[in-house]
Amino acid sequence: MPSQIVSLVVNGEPREFIARPGTTLLTILRESLGLTAAKRGCAQGSCGTCTVLVDDRPATACLVAVETVADHSVRTLEGVASDGNLDEVQSSFVDNFATQCGFCTAGMIMVAEALLDRDPDPSEEDVIEAISGNVCRCTGYRPIVIAILDAARRRREAGVEPGRPAEEAVSR
Amino acid sequence: MTYRLAPIDKRPFAAEREDDFTVIGSVVQRSDARGHVTGRTEFFEDVAPPGLLHLKMHRSARHHARIRGVDLTAALAVPGVTRILTHADIPNNLYTPLKLIGVGPDDEPILAVDKVRYLGEPICAVVAESEAAALEGAARVRVDYEDLPAVFDVEEALAEGAPLVNEYHGQNFFKYEGHHCRRIRFGDVEKAFGQADHVFEWRYESAPIEQAPTETTGCVVVPQADGRLRIHSDTQACFFTLDNTALILEVPFNRLRIVGGTVGGGFGGKVDVTVEPVACVAAMVTDRPVKFVYDRDEEMQVSSPRAAERIYIKDAVMDDGRIIGRKVTLYVDSGAYARHTPYGTTKAAAHLPGPYSIPNVWADCHCVFTNRTPSSAMRGFGVTIGDFALESQMDRVARALSMDPLRLRLLNAYRDGDLKAHRKVAEGTALVEVIQKTAELVGHELPEAYRRMSSTTREGL
Ligand code: FES
Ligand code: FES
Repeated sequence: MPSQIVSLVVNGEPREFIARPGTTLLTILRESLGLTAAKRGCAQGSCGTCTVLVDDRPATACLVAVETVADHSVRTLEGVASDGNLDEVQSSFVDNFATQCGFCTAGMIMVAEALLDRDPDPSEEDVIEAISGNVCRCTGYRPIVIAILDAARRRREAGVEPGRPAEEAVSR
Repeated sequence: MTYRLAPIDKRPFAAEREDDFTVIGSVVQRSDARGHVTGRTEFFEDVAPPGLLHLKMHRSARHHARIRGVDLTAALAVPGVTRILTHADIPNNLYTPLKLIGVGPDDEPILAVDKVRYLGEPICAVVAESEAAALEGAARVRVDYEDLPAVFDVEEALAEGAPLVNEYHGQNFFKYEGHHCRRIRFGDVEKAFGQADHVFEWRYESAPIEQAPTETTGCVVVPQADGRLRIHSDTQACFFTLDNTALILEVPFNRLRIVGGTVGGGFGGKVDVTVEPVACVAAMVTDRPVKFVYDRDEEMQVSSPRAAERIYIKDAVMDDGRIIGRKVTLYVDSGAYARHTPYGTTKAAAHLPGPYSIPNVWADCHCVFTNRTPSSAMRGFGVTIGDFALESQMDRVARALSMDPLRLRLLNAYRDGDLKAHRKVAEGTALVEVIQKTAELVGHELPEAYRRMSSTTREGL
């Protein structure tokens, strides 16, 4: 099958590129669009390091053929905060030592973003359930769960409305 | 912000300067955390130079076999395949990573020559315009094998008539200064067994353990205009990799530049020099950037795990719990090649007989070659499995004597000034205090005499 032009809305911006059918969303993000935050840990859907949000829901980008999400919206870690600021999830990961090597971090944060957009006050079980598809080999899951719960609290205290990205990022 | 640290008990450090305690117990931000949470930390695979070629390995489908022939015709016909490297392309094909510190002999080929010694051993490297073409090419290489008997068990490998795994060693064990193993001889264990009220012997065994980093092993090599090679790698050992790679390429060290330090999980699994040399050769012969990164299944199958070990421990024990003799026979499965396992075995020997003062100790620690995946470094390798065995042994001895396992340890724990089995005087010991504190924290009652014991004196024993 010949290559085709595909468009996506990536972090709010319309993007167009040429893709051979079957090319994964992960390959397009990393190699065509230069967005390398999402990582390839296994390329088979089992580690979650490649997680991005497609229409605000977490998806393992290594398993998504890009043409199947044409014209949909995709959010990556690069789009979480701008101008050198960190949002509540990012700053909470820093403060709670929820990242060590950092290879799982993009996936973990995107999962957390989706969770907190959906539910501003998740229980610990909700957080554990949300990250259950994401492997971390360094940090241990405990600090990550604590960081996500802490981020939820920070977001509630800052009065960030659920269902949409933080308007005002927390500056650190 | 959540603090998970209990306040530090500084009493044991009373003699230390107060201003040395500025970090422990305080909150220090990781210097790289900001890059991690914004996705801006650059891992090696985030580097995408134009004209990048992809390398995939054709690997042995046998545990042990002679290679009668390799047919590259079908692989070379795959569109996009530009080059296939064999052992003949590697300037110095035979190496061993610890040669930098004088460990020999060279025992491992970068690409197999006439024989394969484990399942998944690299035979030839397919270089192609795309990852898919490289994979397709690698799948189409045909190797004609003549199967050889294989050995997978450390004791079978040392038995009379076992197949010889690695000809460069000449026998299925690593030789330490002429000895067949690392040995400890201290006192007279046989006499201790004769005097003991009880003799206990048990066997312990572990399987290989894969480090399973989230980022697989890999590198991107970029030829520079000045003829140097820039290596972006997730190695845990930049200079070690650079020096070994230079020896393998037969180039001066300053021909290579390594960009590293960002490692997506290593745990010891990324200290071997497995991807850089062949990727460098591919970059040299094509004069183009080359990426060689393990698939997840390669990471699980061929990246060297923690060695499997088998350990026999025989103790001479008195009714009151004193251990008067300990005999340990330890086998470390190096797999088909040495890599870091001779060193791991030495560490295992250095760690015996555990943190206990035992007057009679005998140990033989064997580094054994088998037709399994070569083992190498992993977090405390050579030590952790031995600890598992030693501490399991302590628990079993305690159970057999119907004794409190902490009291058994307190009785036998080494004290400052004790002569250890390696003829080194123990100093700075703290096992007694650590056990006392642990007992207190978990509410485990110890009699007064045990609570008064100290690492600095043998009084009360
Ligand atoms: S890389 Fe996509 S789930 Fe592992
Ligand atoms: S921080 Fe290394 S895998 Fe999670």
